[in-house]
Amino acid sequence: MSILLDERTRVIVQGFTGDKGTFHAKEMIAYGTNVVGGVTPGKGGTKHLERPVFNTVKEAVADTGASASLILVPAPFCADAIMEAADAGIRLVVTITDGVPAQDMMRVKRYLWRYAKERRTALIGPNCAGIISAGRAMMGIMPGHIYARGPIGVVTRSGTLGYEAAAQMKALGAGITTSVGIGGDPINGSSFVDILALFERDPETEAVMMIGEIGGPQEADAALFVKQQMTKPVIGYVAGLTAPKGRRMGHAGAIISAFGDTAAEKGEIMRSAGLIVAPSPAELGATVVQALRQQPSRPVMVRQ
Amino acid sequence: MDIHEYQAKELLSGFGVPVPKGGVAYSAEQAVYRASEVGGTRWVVKAQIHSGARGKAGGVKLCPTDADVRQAAKDLLGKTLVTAQTGAEGLPVHRLLVEQALPIERELYVGLVLDRKRERIVVVAHPHGGMEIEEIAQREPAAILREEVEPAVGMQGFQARELAFGLGLAPPQVNQAVTAILGAYRAFRELDATMVEINPLVVTQDGRVLALDVKMSFDDNAMFRRPNVAELRDYAQEDPREVEAAEHGLNYVALEGDIGCIINGAGLAMATMDMIKHAGGEPANFLDIGGGASPDRVAAAFRLVLSDKKVRAILVNVFAGINRCDWVAQGVVQAVREVHVPVPLVVRLAGTNVDEGRRILTASGLPILTADTLSEAAERVVAARRGAKISEPE
Repeated sequence: MSILLDERTRVIVQGFTGDKGTFHAKEMIAYGTNVVGGVTPGKGGTKHLERPVFNTVKEAVADTGASASLILVPAPFCADAIMEAADAGIRLVVTITDGVPAQDMMRVKRYLWRYAKERRTALIGPNCAGIISAGRAMMGIMPGHIYARGPIGVVTRSGTLGYEAAAQMKALGAGITTSVGIGGDPINGSSFVDILALFERDPETEAVMMIGEIGGPQEADAALFVKQQMTKPVIGYVAGLTAPKGRRMGHAGAIISAFGDTAAEKGEIMRSAGLIVAPSPAELGATVVQALRQQPSRPVMVRQ
Repeated sequence: MDIHEYQAKELLSGFGVPVPKGGVAYSAEQAVYRASEVGGTRWVVKAQIHSGARGKAGGVKLCPTDADVRQAAKDLLGKTLVTAQTGAEGLPVHRLLVEQALPIERELYVGLVLDRKRERIVVVAHPHGGMEIEEIAQREPAAILREEVEPAVGMQGFQARELAFGLGLAPPQVNQAVTAILGAYRAFRELDATMVEINPLVVTQDGRVLALDVKMSFDDNAMFRRPNVAELRDYAQEDPREVEAAEHGLNYVALEGDIGCIINGAGLAMATMDMIKHAGGEPANFLDIGGGASPDRVAAAFRLVLSDKKVRAILVNVFAGINRCDWVAQGVVQAVREVHVPVPLVVRLAGTNVDEGRRILTASGLPILTADTLSEAAERVVAARRGAKISEPE
């Protein structure tokens, strides 16, 4: 099992025929993702990468039975694309695009709440690397070959730091069920808590690595969730020990503006909630492997 | 993006928020002219910089005569003002706001923010203005009033009334405060602000409610659709290196240390800086080169990092995903040949085509130290910095 996505999930790409859409759709198909078509308004009825192109998401869903959509449209049109997907009944939307206005995301999140829980869309991103279920399928822009299949769930705000963690784990023989990039924006689709809840329920996931950053309340919320509701070990790390107050560190959401926003404070909140905090970003993999070995009640899934 | 106080007041005034009579001045003569234009018998001359706490730093002067206005303007223009918020370098004063000075009865706090936890616009008010909101939150948290705005319908009149009555205002002032709060909300919403702070909102002795000081920040990501706000950007208030970085699609933040960093991805950049600190060094900057590490972009990154004269060693850390390490390595080699790099350079590549990337670095014959892992990279650059001698250009 994996969370959110596997090799059977029927995926469409919004912004399919653009340069980015084409490049990443090819990579996804090569990895084994079940890409069933795409949407580019005005190009409906044509074929692209041997798959049908539709004018609207509704048509794509009706024709292909797609349940997931990867959005690669420019930032000004992203909110519209997400709401179109939600309205068409898509259950999983992954938005890679960065630079989406924060108030657009505020309205998008409000819009998603229109739908009853049974048919509500799970939104991942924007400004993220996407999702990969190792060895099964990916919806995103990550290099698939650095992810080995195994028992660890990964949830991260940063793309490249997520790659770093995956590569460190692979080098130690530890693999991943699913890695989810939730994105670096101040208002994003799914939070750490949303993804942790999915990993807790996933039978294949033995432990979770959660990689946070300075800024915002999500890491603290997640720490509380881990303490109160999770049985699986969670290994945490928060990047940005050297970040000064009030300066935006690349990501729109990575800014220290309130109490509890610094890396040191978040690390302390995690530790006091019972998470195992990696002592440095060079020890993400090693800390996970050690945590797995110290779970005597569980089978050790690490290849020796 | 931040704007000046006088600009924020002009914007808010367009949404019906009452502000004191005043105008901007770029010279002492203009300041005197503004004073006569706005009328009254006493004026305030306020230095326009992108920072609060200007009063304590001597950036706000009360002037009873024309001559005082002229003198205040002469004193302030061209000066670098250091406040509690600017850092030691301070910010240059090129513009002044000249306003009628008003007899003030009460000072209140009103702030609007995009609350990350609630994912909504939240309006915060407090009966004691003039202090920083952090200070209020620490000293009198119980007196803070909050209204969350439902995004589907926007702020309602009753919410503004609840705040105004909660601030203890008398009925004639409540109506004025409601107009000010709803106006500020509409400005926030329609101009893609991330913060509007009216601090203080004052009640004058003759019973008027006015926004005496205003701060506004905007969402950079939304400026494509707010050209009238985007044009208010004042580059003189920003670090010139950060402005230059943005022109090359780079994201740069200057820091206090002496190890220059060139990294792809914001999270990996922060983590690499953490590693440098773990290894006993201090990063000189945050620099995210983003997804496409083309030779031009890498060269621009080197020039930027080296423009900081504190830098004694440089660490390049690229985790190539869509990028391939061989392209990145070629970019680094080309950039180092193009830009004289007088300090030790450590390059760590990881990800797609890493072996080929390392081969290119070694084969270049350039004095590049390489590292395989994050910890090795950090240790090597900190060691190199200790032994660093600045070499002369050839």
